[in-house]
Amino acid sequence: MSNHVSSYKPLSPMAKWWDDRLPIARLIHDSFVEFPTPRNLNYLWTFGGILSFCLVAQIVTGLVLAMHYQPSGADAFNSVERIRRDVNFGWMIRNFHAVGASMFFVAVYIHIFRGLYYGSYKAPREILWILGVLIFLAMMATAFMGYALPWGQMSFWGVTVITNLFSSLDGVIPGVGTAIVTWLWGGFSVSGATLNRFFSLHYLLPFVIMGLVILHVWALHVAGQNNPTGLDLKHKSDSVPMAPYAVMKDAVGLFAFLIVFAWFVFFLPDYLGHADNYIEANPLVTPPHIVPEWYFLPFYAILRAIPSKLGGVLAMFGAIAVLFFVPWLDTSRVRSTKYRPIYRWFFWLFVISCLALGYLGAKPADGIYVFWARVFTFYYFAHFLIVMPIVGLIETPKQLPRSITEDVLGPDKHTGGGMGIPAGAAAAPEKR
Amino acid sequence: MIKTSLRAASVALALMLAPLPVMGAGVEHILIDKQQWPFAGFRGQFDAGQLQRGFQVYQENCSSCHGLKRLSFRNLVQPGGPEFPENSVKSLAAGWPNKITDGPNDKGKMFERPAKLSDPILGPHKNEAEARDAFNGALPPDFSVIAKARGIEPTAPWYTHIFLMMRDIATGYQEGGPDYIYALLTGYKNAPKDFNLSDGMSYNAAFPGHQIAMVPPLAKDNFVKYQDGKGSLEQNAKDVSAFLAWAADPSLNERKRIGWQVMLYLLVTTVLLFLAKKRIWSRIKH
Repeated sequence: MSNHVSSYKPLSPMAKWWDDRLPIARLIHDSFVEFPTPRNLNYLWTFGGILSFCLVAQIVTGLVLAMHYQPSGADAFNSVERIRRDVNFGWMIRNFHAVGASMFFVAVYIHIFRGLYYGSYKAPREILWILGVLIFLAMMATAFMGYALPWGQMSFWGVTVITNLFSSLDGVIPGVGTAIVTWLWGGFSVSGATLNRFFSLHYLLPFVIMGLVILHVWALHVAGQNNPTGLDLKHKSDSVPMAPYAVMKDAVGLFAFLIVFAWFVFFLPDYLGHADNYIEANPLVTPPHIVPEWYFLPFYAILRAIPSKLGGVLAMFGAIAVLFFVPWLDTSRVRSTKYRPIYRWFFWLFVISCLALGYLGAKPADGIYVFWARVFTFYYFAHFLIVMPIVGLIETPKQLPRSITEDVLGPDKHTGGGMGIPAGAAAAPEKR
Repeated sequence: MIKTSLRAASVALALMLAPLPVMGAGVEHILIDKQQWPFAGFRGQFDAGQLQRGFQVYQENCSSCHGLKRLSFRNLVQPGGPEFPENSVKSLAAGWPNKITDGPNDKGKMFERPAKLSDPILGPHKNEAEARDAFNGALPPDFSVIAKARGIEPTAPWYTHIFLMMRDIATGYQEGGPDYIYALLTGYKNAPKDFNLSDGMSYNAAFPGHQIAMVPPLAKDNFVKYQDGKGSLEQNAKDVSAFLAWAADPSLNERKRIGWQVMLYLLVTTVLLFLAKKRIWSRIKH
C-alpha cells in the first residue's frame, strides 16, 4: 500500500547502481513481491491476473495476425481464409485471437460480478472501479471493431446496425445523427473505408486499454485489495506477501482458466461465433437474424426492449453508464454481500436478469421475447437505481468478524502488530 | 455439359416464373437430425477414404456449378485431407475443365492454361456476374467454407437451452454444417398438397422456406457409383458432406491432435501448481 515502507534491498553493486538511478526493481518488488494481499482471498480474486494474461495474449496474437491480414473490403475475407489455411499455424493464432476475445469477456464478467458481490467499488476504491468501467467500455469498442475485421455477413451487418444507432440523434437535432454516421463510415454506406478505419482503431485501442490497466493496477495498489469479508487490513496478520502466496494462487487460477480457453481454441473454435460470418460480406443480402457476439447480447436485448430507437440507444449506453455511479448508489455501510441478508437475494436476481437478457438478445425481437426483455431491462436498471440505495438503508447486516484474521482463524487469534483499533461502524454495523 | 445446361435452363425457367425464392419463413423451426461423423466431437479425425469418395461426388456432381476457390489442388495431397497421391492430383489438375486465367504474356494478352498443384479449384464461372447470368440471377455459392457457413438453429424449448449448450461444449459439437448439408441433400421430397410450390422450384424439407432453386443433385436412382461399384443417395450425401467439412476446416486433424497435447500439458501443470500452492499455503493457517 502507499504508506508502506519499501523493504527492497539491492543485493549487488549493479542492483544498487540501478536502484539509485531507476528503481524499477524496487517498484516490482514492492508492487508484486512484497505487496500485502489479504490472506482470505478466494479464487475469484485470480481473475485480475487472468485478465492481464488475456490482454497480453490478444495483443501478441493480434500482432501476428496483422502481419497477414488485409484490411480492405475486397481482400479482408480472403486474407482471413489464407491465415486459416496457408499461414503456418495460422489457424491456431486466429482461433486463439477469436476465442481469446470471448474468454476476455468471460473473465471480465466474472471480475465485474465479483466486484459487485463483495462491494469492491465502495470507498476508498471508487476511482479503481471507475477505471474498471472505462476498461470495460474500451474492451467493448475494441471487440466490436475486431468483429468487423473478418468482413463476413455478421461483421458487415453488425457494423451497419450499430453505427446506424447514431442516426437516432436526428431525433434530437435534425441532421446531426446522419452527419455522425457518415463521418463514422467514411462514406455514405458501410464500405471498405469503414473497415480500414476500424482496423486502425482496433490496433490502437488495446494500447489505450493497457494504459487504463496500468492506472487500474496503480489505484489497486494504493487502496489495497478488497477481500471476501470486505474488511480493511488492520493487522499484519491479516495479509500475506503477494509472492509466493497470491502469485501461486493466481498461477493455479490462470492455468485452470487456460484449460477452458484451450478447449475452445482446439475443439470448439467456431462455437462462440456465428455461421453467417463465414459468408463474405454482401451489402445486398441481409441475414435473417442479425445478432452481435454473445458478450453484447444483454445490451442488445436492452436496446431492442425500448420501443423508440433513441430511447433504446440511451438505455443501452445507460446500462453501462449506470455502472459509473455504483459507488454512490450503494448506501450500505458494509462492503461484502456475504453479510447482507436482504441484498444477497437481489444480487442473484440481478445475475439472473443479465443471463436472461443475454438469452433474449439472441432471440428475434417479437412477441413474448420483447415482453420478457422489458421485464428484465426494468430490473437491470431498478437494481442499481432503486434496490441498491433502498436496501442499503433498510437492511441490518449480519455481525461482521472483527478482522480478517478472526474470520480465518476464529475469534481472538490476532498475531503481530499493526493498528489494532477496530473501525467502529464497519466492525459492528448492526449497532450503528 | 449437357447436364449442366439442362440444369441451368430449368433453374432459369424457375426463376423467371418465380422472381423471388421464399427465404426464411419467419418463426418456423426445421428439425435437422444430427449424423454420426468420423471427425465429430473432440476426438474425431477425418477418414481419408470418406474424403476421397466425397471428392468424387463433388467432382462428378457439384463441380459443374460450384467452385472450391479457396482450396488448391495441392490441398488434396496434404496430410489430414483426402491424401490422394501427388501424381494423380497433378493429372487431375491438368485435366480440370475450368482453366486458370494467367498473364499478361509477352504480347500483353491474358491467356488460359491448365491448372497446376498450386492453383485454386475453380468452378465453371469466371466471376459472379457470369454465374448469375447462367442461372438467371441465382448464384451457386462457392463451396470452400460452406460447411462452416451453415448450421442448425436450436429448436429446443428455452429451459433446456443451457443444458444443451453445456452438452455441446462438453462433447465438442461443431458439426452443424455437415448435418445441415446432409439433411439438405437427402431432403428433396414431394411437396405437401397444400404447399404452394413455384414452378421449377424444388421442395426441400431442410431448406429454410422449403423452396430451393437447386434441382436435386442426387436422387435415389441417380447417384455417384464409387470405384467398388457401390453407392447410394445417403452414402453420397454423407461422403460429400464430410468432404465439404474438410474443405472448410482442413487443419482439423492437426488441430485436435495438438489440442490433446495442449490439454495434457495444461492439466498436468494445473495439478502441479495446485500441489505447490497447497504446500506453500500450508506454512500459514488459512
